[in-house]
Amino acid sequence: MTWYRTVAVGRKEFIQIWRDPRSLMIALFMPIMQMALIGYGVSLDIKHIPVCAFDRESSQESQALLKRFQASEYFNVLRVVDTYRAVAEGVDAGACKLAIVIPSDFSERLRDSSGTTVQAIVDGTDDNSANVAIGYAQAVVSGYSNDVQLDWMRRQGLGQQATVPLRVESRVWFNEDLQSKAFIIPGVVALVMALIGALLSSLTIAREWERGTMEQLISTPVTASEIMVGKLLPYFLIGLVDAALCVTIAVFWFAVPFRGTLGTLLFTTTLFLAVVLGVGYIISVLTRSQLGASQIALIVTLLPTTLLGGFSFPIDQMPAAVRMITYIVYGRYYVSILKAIFLKGAGLSALAPSVLALALYAALIAVLATRAFRKTLD
Amino acid sequence: MEDAGPSVAVENLVKRFGDFTAVDHVSFAAARGEIMGFLGPNGAGKSTIIRMLCGLLRPTEGRAFVAGLDVAQEAETVRQRIGYMSQKFSLYNDLSVVENLRFFGGMYGVKGAELRQQSEWAVELAGLRGHEGGITGELSSAWKQRLALGCAVLHHPPILFLDEPTSGVDPISRRQFWELIHQMAASGVTVFVSTHYMDEAEYCHRLALIHRGRLVALGTPTELKRHALRGGLLLVECAPLGEALEVLAQAPGVLEVAVFGNALHVVVHEVAPAIDALPRLLIARGLGCTRIEAIMPSLEDIFVQQIGAQAARAEAVS
Repeated sequence: MTWYRTVAVGRKEFIQIWRDPRSLMIALFMPIMQMALIGYGVSLDIKHIPVCAFDRESSQESQALLKRFQASEYFNVLRVVDTYRAVAEGVDAGACKLAIVIPSDFSERLRDSSGTTVQAIVDGTDDNSANVAIGYAQAVVSGYSNDVQLDWMRRQGLGQQATVPLRVESRVWFNEDLQSKAFIIPGVVALVMALIGALLSSLTIAREWERGTMEQLISTPVTASEIMVGKLLPYFLIGLVDAALCVTIAVFWFAVPFRGTLGTLLFTTTLFLAVVLGVGYIISVLTRSQLGASQIALIVTLLPTTLLGGFSFPIDQMPAAVRMITYIVYGRYYVSILKAIFLKGAGLSALAPSVLALALYAALIAVLATRAFRKTLD
Repeated sequence: MEDAGPSVAVENLVKRFGDFTAVDHVSFAAARGEIMGFLGPNGAGKSTIIRMLCGLLRPTEGRAFVAGLDVAQEAETVRQRIGYMSQKFSLYNDLSVVENLRFFGGMYGVKGAELRQQSEWAVELAGLRGHEGGITGELSSAWKQRLALGCAVLHHPPILFLDEPTSGVDPISRRQFWELIHQMAASGVTVFVSTHYMDEAEYCHRLALIHRGRLVALGTPTELKRHALRGGLLLVECAPLGEALEVLAQAPGVLEVAVFGNALHVVVHEVAPAIDALPRLLIARGLGCTRIEAIMPSLEDIFVQQIGAQAARAEAVS
């Protein structure tokens, strides 16, 4: 490999990207759009759950409980109904995800401390939201229950001792506010980088075949690895610019904390780009058509990274067999690296296993990519 | 540069694509500074031969030596010593003239001050002065061809392969292009040119007639004309052509008759008696004969005759 031929290929490729509006769009606007779309689209936070309330008593106490639901940011009491049928209709139509039914002897049984129950009807079609809604509803109700109990004890003259004997003080590390976006957005950055990298490099070799320039190119003494390195060089630089764009959007738009160092980010991103660009390049060599190559690149990166990369579904909770498969999904390493850099401020030593895996992957892809391309028309 | 031995030598070269034999046992050799033309219709195998010589296709059988090197063994070294212009224009349309020159200069390892000097030279050679910054895709096809030639010779290769370099180019530009080729040959470059233009074939030092993958005839244009035809060639102007053709084809001493424009080309054993006998025969049959004379055969005559002879041989074998 000689540097001047590699640089000449790189310079040519860069000029071509620069003069091709389509490539520029993919390179610079797509990551911004994807960050916005996926960033907003996949938020798992459940807030303002629509609630319908059937208050069979309408007492001061039952109203106080409903006010607590309304006051919570997780619920939005949309309608108050007065028949059981209306409750059923509200849930059937999907207007309410949760219905609260307060019994007619609510205040009476609260006062004589025999204990009472509040019925919660949950739309279970989305089990995740349903679980979260039940959890929040229980929290609201038990908060109210505690206050009623303390109030009762005080009135019994047990004022000072009236405390709850045992409770958990939880403190969350790394994502203090337990915001799902802090957890999701670093994964979105990884996904966008995987997509853009593979898409861009999947066009390089296919473009030469489609435009009929390959024959002249391979009639010169340029070697296969010079073509590969030279062609991927400008895309590598674009990939770094894209990474900077994505991280900037994550930090300044989605307000995800960035606690790591830029050095760690640069190093790991370089490794990941090597893998992603190499994969796109191999696809390009094998398909020889820009459309076919870009579609394969899309499928090969998008599906495994979203489904198996730990981007949306935690890898720890997958069945053992599926978990084994995730080890070949290179996206998973970068997803976990980015989460750790963003939220934990992890350095290279803490990231060693994932970084090593990526490095091995990069080496393997480099070998395959160099071998894939043959300078022949056969 | 080793002067000994031919610049390019080909022995029993065969290329098959599946069941189709594109090149069928072709052998020839070319000396330094020679312009060798491959003449034949589209699909005859000219491009396939050139691509094998450039190391772009692997021969199925046989061997090819370019600049003394076995192409199958040392393709990369061979590529450094050749220039190649493919049949379809294949420079980068979205690059400017100078950017294309710099790029291909870089591919051949021409760098720095030498690259600038060579690019200047190629711009001058291609007559592209004043268009250096122009986008290649916007050039006329004649300019594109000359730029492609410029890119192919930036590194001063001793051997040049031009695959139908003048297709789609106007006649005046074609002439200029051939002048360039002759200049290069004069400076010692061996040039291989494929073409299906018969008039261009006359510019070549030596011609290889190729038909259906086979080398039908090989020689200088004059040699081909002198030896290929047994007997002589007559031009006969008569009417109506169709009937005259039938009559003459049956006449004694006539080997072959073919329509050429608004006249007939008649190949005969001996010229003098035929000039005497054939008009009388035509008039006797009530057909007009306005002119008959002996002419020098054109390459097209040779080609038609050689292909006919090959078909006859093939029939005799089977």
